[in-house]
Amino acid sequence: MTTPLRMRQRRRFRIVSHLFSAGCLAATVLCVGMLLVLVLNVAKQGAAWLDTDFLRNFPSRHPEKAGIRSALAGSLWLTTLTALISLPLGVGAAVYLEEYAKKGRWRELVQVNISNLAGVPSIVYGILGLGLFVQAFALGRSIISGALTLSLVVLPIIILATQEALRGVPDSIRHASYALGATRWQTVWCQVLPASLPGIMTGVILALSRAIGEAAPLVAVGAVAYVPFVPGGVLDPFTALPIQIFNWSSRPQPEFHQTAGAAIIVLLVVLVTMNTTAVFVRYRYGKRTRW
Amino acid sequence: MKRYETDIVRSVATLVSVQIQTMSNRFQRAVSTRRAFEKLIHASLFVCAGISVVTTVSIVVVLLMESLQFFFHVSVFRFLTETRWTPLLRPQHFGILPLFSGTMLIAAGSSFLSVPVGLGTAVYLSEYSRPRVREIVKPFVEVLAGIPSVVYGYFAVVTVSPFVRMLFPSAGPFNAASACIVVGIMTLPMVISLSEDALRAVPQSLRQGAYALGATKYDVTVQVVIPAAMSGIVASFLLAISRAIGETMAVTLAAGATPNLTLNPLESIQTMTAYIIQISLGDTPAGTVEYRTIFAVGLALFMATLLINLLAHWFLKQMRERYE
Repeated sequence: MTTPLRMRQRRRFRIVSHLFSAGCLAATVLCVGMLLVLVLNVAKQGAAWLDTDFLRNFPSRHPEKAGIRSALAGSLWLTTLTALISLPLGVGAAVYLEEYAKKGRWRELVQVNISNLAGVPSIVYGILGLGLFVQAFALGRSIISGALTLSLVVLPIIILATQEALRGVPDSIRHASYALGATRWQTVWCQVLPASLPGIMTGVILALSRAIGEAAPLVAVGAVAYVPFVPGGVLDPFTALPIQIFNWSSRPQPEFHQTAGAAIIVLLVVLVTMNTTAVFVRYRYGKRTRW
Repeated sequence: MKRYETDIVRSVATLVSVQIQTMSNRFQRAVSTRRAFEKLIHASLFVCAGISVVTTVSIVVVLLMESLQFFFHVSVFRFLTETRWTPLLRPQHFGILPLFSGTMLIAAGSSFLSVPVGLGTAVYLSEYSRPRVREIVKPFVEVLAGIPSVVYGYFAVVTVSPFVRMLFPSAGPFNAASACIVVGIMTLPMVISLSEDALRAVPQSLRQGAYALGATKYDVTVQVVIPAAMSGIVASFLLAISRAIGETMAVTLAAGATPNLTLNPLESIQTMTAYIIQISLGDTPAGTVEYRTIFAVGLALFMATLLINLLAHWFLKQMRERYE
């Protein structure tokens, strides 16, 4: 038998529980909604400015003549160099930690260190790049300084993703390889790395897409917004797509906000393409290997 | 056996033994080159892993060296207690408090958005939603995480700031509130994915036990699952705060460049990160006190984020130890 009091209590509980689940749903809708608002706003601002001239022109004081040629070239330089530097170092470090290092103090130390590096703000890497590459190594405010700094930013991401991928390879593969007389490196190079390649590729693509969008460390290292030429070597001064967007967004004229919007569309298209590739690689090649 | 036959046998035997000897020599040489190669590989992989340690050490060394030279000029006490920050104006003041309060304002303000919305989304995705909905929402969250910070800054300038000024006409074109909103959106994915991981790591048996005692879904979620996942959830909040502290481009674009010791989110402020950008964009010559300020500010920033990250990892470790 339920008394009226308990019925009222139960009704109140039901209301609270409904409110709670509605609140959680609302939060989720809000998340998705904010993303849509952001993308639609950018598209509305920038779409009208996006044409081939915008891709071909150099930056200019006149918004109608301004373009992102040098920014695109700079981003391409930076991404290529960053990939060349960080890929071997990152995969090498991950292979060392997973396949070579014995469990112990040293490995623990390196591991904790890497997860802490992943949390260091990118602007701090920028200051490091300024003190180390620009000043101490006397590389100047050049593409190579920027690429080295970006490599430091993405290294922890690549290492952690590669470790994850290597851990996914079952030990039976390694044991079988050793049983056939393979050395440790032969096992890693011919068995473990090919098997974990999809995971590594996904991690590397995601890390590079982080590098493409990163502006703060480049500003600290000394990227300049106005570069009226395509850089020809690694010691040239440079700009990059995010730097150009930052520069245009910080100007008061609304026309420049629209060119910034157009540049953001280009940047987002590049990023979405890379992310889709990463998902595709994970899906397509990850499926083939069944343990 | 005839004599010449034994001769043949003998010479064949010598030939074979010589052959075997050269083969085994060759084999031994191959083994030793193989071994040397393996050692070389081992050493170079060791160097790769060592680079991460070298990176940390050089961050500390570079920041400390330049900061020390700064602190010869300005005492640590003045740096930490003075309430004005005007390194580029005369008279110069080097009190980091205004920058620190700006950073804290952004960290706290963004948490007001990211903590409830992020936790709500995580609870919905983990406890309430059907798997299909989760599969649709998760990629959206991942996209939100992949958008570069400068794009959020643009969003703040073009959309959020006019909106804030429409609601509060007293707000300036640069204000902390719009920076808080976009940084909150930026840190949402971190809260969502880490909290959701924590909620999903809670063993199913706990939920079933609570249901068996007659608890409703709400009771199970609020009184069993969330408390059980608490350390993971707290870790996600901490990591979001640390991300907000280190956030640079969006804050620089949205919050302005006025070091201001205030808690009013409608005013223009400057964070530690935005100050570093301001100096980097200007033409302060290397070696001056003004130039060294960015290393001192960077050191403060590095220490703050490092502390929070270590705390967050400690919480995550608690979580892992409990359920694995």
